[in-house]
Amino acid sequence: MGVGIDVENLNAWYGSTHTLQDISLNIPANHATALIGPSGCGKSTFVRCLNRMHETNPIARATGIVKMGDVDIYQDANPVEIRRRVGMVFQRPNPFPTMSIYDNVASGLKLNGFRNRAILDETVERSLRAAALWDEVKDDLKKKSGASLSGGQQQRMCIARALAVDPEVLLMDEPASALDPVSTSKIEDLIFELKRQYTIVIVTHNMQQAARVAENTGFFLNGKMVEFDSTHKIFTNPKDKRTEDYITGRFG
Amino acid sequence: MSSPIISVAQNPRQTDPSGAPQGSPVQQDVGPEAPKSAVRQFLMSRSSGKAADTTFSAIMLMCALSIFAIVLFILFILIARSKLSLSQFGFKFFTRSAWDPVSGDFGAFSFIYGTLATSLLALLVAVPLALGVAVFLTELCPQKLRAPISFVTELLAAIPSIVYGLWALFVLVPIMRDQLGPVLTKYFGWTHLFNGYNFGLNLLSASIILAVMILPIISSIARDIMLAVPISQREGVLALGATRWEMIRMGVLRNARIGIVGAIILGLGRALGETMAVTMVIGNHPEIPKSLFSPGYTLASVIANEFSEATGDVYLSALIEIGLALFLVTIVVNVIARALVWAVTRGAPARAH
Amino acid sequence: MPTNPFHTPPPPQDFAATDPPVQQRSRRVRLNRMRRHLWNHVVTGLAVLSTVIVIAPLVAILAYLIYKGASSLNLAFFTHIPAPVGELGGGMANAIVGSGMILAVASVLGIPVGIGAGVYLAEFGRGGWLAAAIRFTADVLNGVPSIVMGIAIYSLIVMRQKHFSALAGGVALAIMMVPTITRTTEEMLATVPHAIREAAYGLGVPRWRTVLSVTLKTASPGIITGCMLAFARVAGETAPLLFTAFGNQFWSLRLNQPIAALPLQIYVYAISPYDEWHRLAWGGSLVLIVLIMVSVTLVRIYANRGVLKGAS
Ligand SMILES: Nc1ncnc2c1ncn2[C@@H]1O[C@H](COP(=O)(O)OP(=O)(O)O)[C@@H](O)[C@H]1O
Ligand SMILES: [Mg+2]
Repeated sequence: MGVGIDVENLNAWYGSTHTLQDISLNIPANHATALIGPSGCGKSTFVRCLNRMHETNPIARATGIVKMGDVDIYQDANPVEIRRRVGMVFQRPNPFPTMSIYDNVASGLKLNGFRNRAILDETVERSLRAAALWDEVKDDLKKKSGASLSGGQQQRMCIARALAVDPEVLLMDEPASALDPVSTSKIEDLIFELKRQYTIVIVTHNMQQAARVAENTGFFLNGKMVEFDSTHKIFTNPKDKRTEDYITGRFG
Repeated sequence: MSSPIISVAQNPRQTDPSGAPQGSPVQQDVGPEAPKSAVRQFLMSRSSGKAADTTFSAIMLMCALSIFAIVLFILFILIARSKLSLSQFGFKFFTRSAWDPVSGDFGAFSFIYGTLATSLLALLVAVPLALGVAVFLTELCPQKLRAPISFVTELLAAIPSIVYGLWALFVLVPIMRDQLGPVLTKYFGWTHLFNGYNFGLNLLSASIILAVMILPIISSIARDIMLAVPISQREGVLALGATRWEMIRMGVLRNARIGIVGAIILGLGRALGETMAVTMVIGNHPEIPKSLFSPGYTLASVIANEFSEATGDVYLSALIEIGLALFLVTIVVNVIARALVWAVTRGAPARAH
Repeated sequence: MPTNPFHTPPPPQDFAATDPPVQQRSRRVRLNRMRRHLWNHVVTGLAVLSTVIVIAPLVAILAYLIYKGASSLNLAFFTHIPAPVGELGGGMANAIVGSGMILAVASVLGIPVGIGAGVYLAEFGRGGWLAAAIRFTADVLNGVPSIVMGIAIYSLIVMRQKHFSALAGGVALAIMMVPTITRTTEEMLATVPHAIREAAYGLGVPRWRTVLSVTLKTASPGIITGCMLAFARVAGETAPLLFTAFGNQFWSLRLNQPIAALPLQIYVYAISPYDEWHRLAWGGSLVLIVLIMVSVTLVRIYANRGVLKGAS
């Protein structure tokens, strides 16, 4: 089951550029939360702060409090432990090119030292089913390389890979932006299913997508969070003029 | 606002809009902790690997630092073992040409002379040819021939010194002695470069085999540098109505000249330290050669020849001091060459754009 | 390119802009153009000629080597140790095995250190001054003459132990392998897309495990190629073995004893006065060169197939 995330006064920098400024919000457990905003406003940076991926960049820095359940991820835990609790799906599918489909999906477990074959087999199948890819690949799980799949399949495999570690939170950074409409729709259906079990944070620049899948939506602009509310309110009756401008397309 | 900007409720897939938190986002109450899956339990129990990470990066750093250590260690040990000779002969060691193991009097000048003479002569032969090859490969060669010719140059670079030496000893030396030598004496005797009796084992043979050995190095680096010259530079000159040669001279060679100098110096560094092939054909005679037909000796070949038979501490120490000199000279030469080549190829990925 | 201070744009050239007015110049221009085009052909011819001259020695050496070497190779060459002076026959079995042992020692020592240093440069030190300094030192070490490596190892190991040994030869060759392997490893790791590392980090895989099981594995075809090239390069080295492995006319399989090596044996035989030994030297050279050429060619084929670039 998912956990909620409380973010308080999160600030992030790349070198001396202050990329995120005083972000505070509550992300409820077992719901999908969408983040929208123009390109470069800091959405990716924000989700990368939620699993401490931000700091893998040597010039990057972050301050503030991010609580995942009861754990303050910047104080009480080590980044590796946090990332094991949080699944991440990236904008472009990034399968491990040397691994088979099976090994790709099992990688989060295998690379962390998990050896029980029976549970591995079962987890791979369950994750691939959850990612709606099982039927397409079940016959050549160990024969085909993960990189040999189509783009949409690769992205669903990456989702399965993230699900295989049984995370509590799933971060998706524009998971469908590099995909065709059919794959996009499959992934949206998937998010719909997944949010019963996981807390989902999805970055998207596609407002229809946010409206379709998320209960809550946050609007980012220039490193600040302008507005955070239920998706319904954001799209029907935003409080802030800038939000309205953005979702009505009156924005630069 | 009266009408929804983007309809949320109409989306058939949206379950129950009222199920979503309305107004301000709310934190959902999490029920009693569900039992954790086997996978989750395993991952939670797993250590973060922090200690392993620290150890791992320390080991990698040590591997990297060992490269420093190797260079420093070579320097240190060569200085330590050549102390005797350093203190006994001082700097004069490099300006005197006495080499008398019997009386223990040592000076390296004739070896320095032989090394410089063979290396420079080799460059004189190799540079024009290498540049010709590089120009041919980058500018004139049909696309189909490019890969095979590059491959052949690669193979030339892969042939070991000892094999070049063997070939030089049994093929080049007899030709030098019986065919080429007399011709050179006959037509170029007036230059006094080809005086004296010609055994075939001489400065000229050594220089020729050296030239063959450094050719692939110079030509492949020069080729890379010429390829790094942006296409726009070539087109700019061609647009002025230049012939192909003018384009190569002004668009390519002019822009690549510093890198080409670097490539040549790199070849020089290789020639200065080349040992086996030279030792086999230079004649190994510790005297300043008077002509190209005289036998000579180089820094590297005197070490190769005499090191294992060196009796007496001063003798050994003098040979190690020669090694030290060779080490320092090649380092200086390589630093200069690398700096030049880097300056030109770094940040100019002309092929990529 | 603004990034490159040496790529200054060419100044305007005399051949177009500075010619005199049309009427007076037609004759001169025609002559001038003829001269320029003639010159163009001459230089093109010279470039082609030099390419031929450069390739000629390879053909000459290989042809002669095959001619001389093939006639001296027989079963005894691979199964017998050298015969005493004056006797016919004998082979280089001990030298082939000795070379194998020295190279095994060199690989065991040199490959891990070289790869480790390359991993540091690509994964840990990237962009830092220390990495830049190490990279530069590796390039410089690559240019240190092999004979110098020989006397340095002599001074370190042989002088201490008071005898020549296979181990000392292996150490000398290992040091020569390191810079090549380091630089190739670094270059190959740099081609691994960053997104793949992120995928592993995102799964909570520790950094060391990411480097070993993801990054290095993805780059492994290229790294293996680099190791083979380094191996081929030192396989023919003679100078560093002269005072370390030293050579041996008899069988020896002990690491702390002088040992025979193919290049050393070729050298000793080549400068000897005996025809029978010259014959063996040619045979040995052929064996050596076939070994080296096969590995270089394999590497080349491998590289051309695009395996080198890694999947992306
Ligand atoms: N690796 C990086 N180094 C430096 N600046 C970065 C880096 N990544 C992103 N930025 C900067 O941070 C800002 C926010 O970027 P990002 O979070 O990727 O925005 P978004 O995902 O909303 O498009 C941008 O202005 C971008 O230029
Ligand atoms: Mg983004």
